[in-house]
Amino acid sequence: MTESTARVERAALETTRTDNPVLAVLRTSVGRNLGLVVALLLLCVVGAATAGDRFASMDNVLTILRLAATIGVVSIGMTFVITGGGIDLSVGAILALASVWCTTVATQDLANDLHWMVMVGAALAVGAGCGLVNGLLIAYGGVVPFIATLAMLASARGLAEIISDRKTQIVDVPGFQDFFAREILGVPFIVILFVLVAAAGWVLLNRTTFGRRTLAVGGNPEAARLAGINVKRHTVYLYVLLGLCCGVAALMIISRTTTGSSTHGGLYELDAIAAVVIGGTLLSGGRGTIVGTVLGVLIFTTLTNVFTLNNRSISEQSLLKGAIIVAAVLLQQRLASRNTT
Amino acid sequence: MNDRPLLQMSGIVKEFPGVRALGGVDLDVRAGEVHCLLGQNGAGKSTLIKVLAAAYRPDEGTIAWEGEEVTLASPMAALKVGIATIYQELDLVPDLSVAENIVLGHELTRGGLTQRQRTNAVARDLLARLGHAEISPTRSVGSLSPASQQIVSMARALSHDTRLLVLDEPSAVLDQGEVDNLFRVIRGLTEEGVAIVYISHRLEEIRAIGDRITVLKDGITVATGLPVAETPTSRLIELMTGRSIEYVFPPRPEEPRDRGAPVLEVRGLALAGVFRDVDLTVHAGEIVGLAGLVGAGRSEILETLYGARHASAGTVSVDQRPLRRGSVPAAVRAGVGLAPEERKSQGLLLDQAVYRNITISSLGRFARGGFLRSGSERKRAEELTRSLDVRPAGVERAVRTLSGGNQQKVVLARWLLRDCRVLLLDEPTRGVDVGARSEIYQLVRRLADSGVAVVVVSSEVEEVLGLADRVLVVREGAVVHDSPAGELDESRVLDLVMEGKVA
Repeated sequence: MTESTARVERAALETTRTDNPVLAVLRTSVGRNLGLVVALLLLCVVGAATAGDRFASMDNVLTILRLAATIGVVSIGMTFVITGGGIDLSVGAILALASVWCTTVATQDLANDLHWMVMVGAALAVGAGCGLVNGLLIAYGGVVPFIATLAMLASARGLAEIISDRKTQIVDVPGFQDFFAREILGVPFIVILFVLVAAAGWVLLNRTTFGRRTLAVGGNPEAARLAGINVKRHTVYLYVLLGLCCGVAALMIISRTTTGSSTHGGLYELDAIAAVVIGGTLLSGGRGTIVGTVLGVLIFTTLTNVFTLNNRSISEQSLLKGAIIVAAVLLQQRLASRNTT
Repeated sequence: MNDRPLLQMSGIVKEFPGVRALGGVDLDVRAGEVHCLLGQNGAGKSTLIKVLAAAYRPDEGTIAWEGEEVTLASPMAALKVGIATIYQELDLVPDLSVAENIVLGHELTRGGLTQRQRTNAVARDLLARLGHAEISPTRSVGSLSPASQQIVSMARALSHDTRLLVLDEPSAVLDQGEVDNLFRVIRGLTEEGVAIVYISHRLEEIRAIGDRITVLKDGITVATGLPVAETPTSRLIELMTGRSIEYVFPPRPEEPRDRGAPVLEVRGLALAGVFRDVDLTVHAGEIVGLAGLVGAGRSEILETLYGARHASAGTVSVDQRPLRRGSVPAAVRAGVGLAPEERKSQGLLLDQAVYRNITISSLGRFARGGFLRSGSERKRAEELTRSLDVRPAGVERAVRTLSGGNQQKVVLARWLLRDCRVLLLDEPTRGVDVGARSEIYQLVRRLADSGVAVVVVSSEVEEVLGLADRVLVVREGAVVHDSPAGELDESRVLDLVMEGKVA
């Protein structure tokens, strides 16, 4: 191609890019996040208008954040898996299994005898172990992520039911509750933990070799492999990372409810995937945003909160959530297709 | 056979961003003849038949069908006129039955339900017409041999009222007996007045089945309507290789310098079912070219010695240290780099910035404790793109927006950054325009001069001859010739590449 035809093509490319100023802004990553912030603020305006002080109070904000923390940590992990070209349907089940394993009589006795950190270790180990099984099946077993994690979804929750005998297990380890249920400067510890995980996730995705490799593996696995990246090993790391996040989320839910149960984390996989996709991470992999995911989680949690304060049903909520997901994906595809022409 | 052309294509031009694939092609085909299309890889044969099948719209030129100008708007329109194409990769659905494949897209139905009995009967008739009544219409296509699958493909083509059948290298997957069989089928069809456009590299097949020949070279018709019987093979090779564009190749170093120990040593490398017993020694500063037909195993040799495929036998050593089999990271650590054949799907992260594509194989160099210093990353990438003259400048730009030649420079920059010892180039100038080609040739020579051992695979014989110091010819999975490039010329290489197949 000669220089002049290259210029013409580029010019053509740029004109199609600036056809609509709103779309053009949304195409940049900053613009996309700005759009999400606007959506969140609108939601807050609706909340304040319909529920008044019950919505716009410090207490309520903390309630929203406490709810957001658990699903948020899972969503951060999910962002990595999806950016790396995978998907994980088993996060809710892994969370349930971790919460049960970590609150059995045996674990709690051991924790009371030794140290409450035993419970933390148990939850993280179970999470990472399930993630490892997922990762090995997908990377080395050649099982597609959808099926491998679907199997884990069924098995992990089944195992959680067997271990707990479908009974709710109450936590009676004072050190554990003291640590996780405390507040620092009026902010619940689990909210701070969420902020820390999100910050670490952002750094990991944007500032480390691990993050760069994740983008490469998700964007073009063959090119990544031929560039010398160990794609299979990296894939395993991604699922283990998500498993660990599920372990952390299990600890949060245990401290929030003071129980471990095989029913914890129901439908978390859907909420997490939805938050990640709404945030702007490409479901096909290769592009991920932690800030977007956090905003996606906040939007969903705030939505739930506004509905609850107005005594609207869960069913209406689900209906609206579905509509939001479809709208977000349609918008995303529109942006992506413009990008490639 | 009558002399009025059934199909007449004139002045067909097809351009892709950065490449003029067809620069004015003429082709006329008569009813009942076998018209052979000949040309080297990249001459434009595939593009031409895709224009004919209406998979591509030509940018210029006209297509006349039975003397009337037509515009083929879609592949379906081409089928309706009576043009059917059988591509090298058969487009059959393996889990459907033979009959279901044959009527795919125009199923026989009554009241919305498919008519199994009638479908099978139609399929049986078509297969019998092709002389293959032994293929059962109810068998699943996946269980058939490649030869039988090809017959099914032809039956499908004939299930439309086909007047012109295009066969793209139909013999590539067949053994000799099956080829004879195919020829019988083709003769039967031409007797019914069907015209055949036959593409093959094998000159002896063209002698056996063809009536007239059209030769393409660099997207241009260099000869058309040559009668097969009166055209000597030497003339055909001359036409195929006759140069229409002169590339500027950098001069080879005059005298062999003190070469020292070899950088790359390959001993008895094999990949089961693809190639065997490949020995290859490359010294620092040397460029070795691998010539051969597509499918001869050239790319597979490169990919195997890079660890991207797991060798079934043999060793690969870099600087006397053997590499672990089937491990790309091991090869990369040892200083081997690959610029793969399919640049877009295998080489690049198209939506990511230029600098990220350059540093992806050397991230460790820019990281401290896993944390990237993207400032120095960008700076290094900028230096490299400037020295390679990547245009347009700007390392934040997505690689997708660059032309083919500049994308290739980005891939080369990736390995320059690693100071690699061995560089493997698979079709380094595919999809690269003429100007950028010379630049890439210069760059490869400069790399060799700096002490890198280079292996180049190319379908273009003149590229291998012009660029390499030494040429290996690969045929059917084995190295059949090894000599300095200066001792060969283009027709000698073509001879070696197709040996035993030239009449």
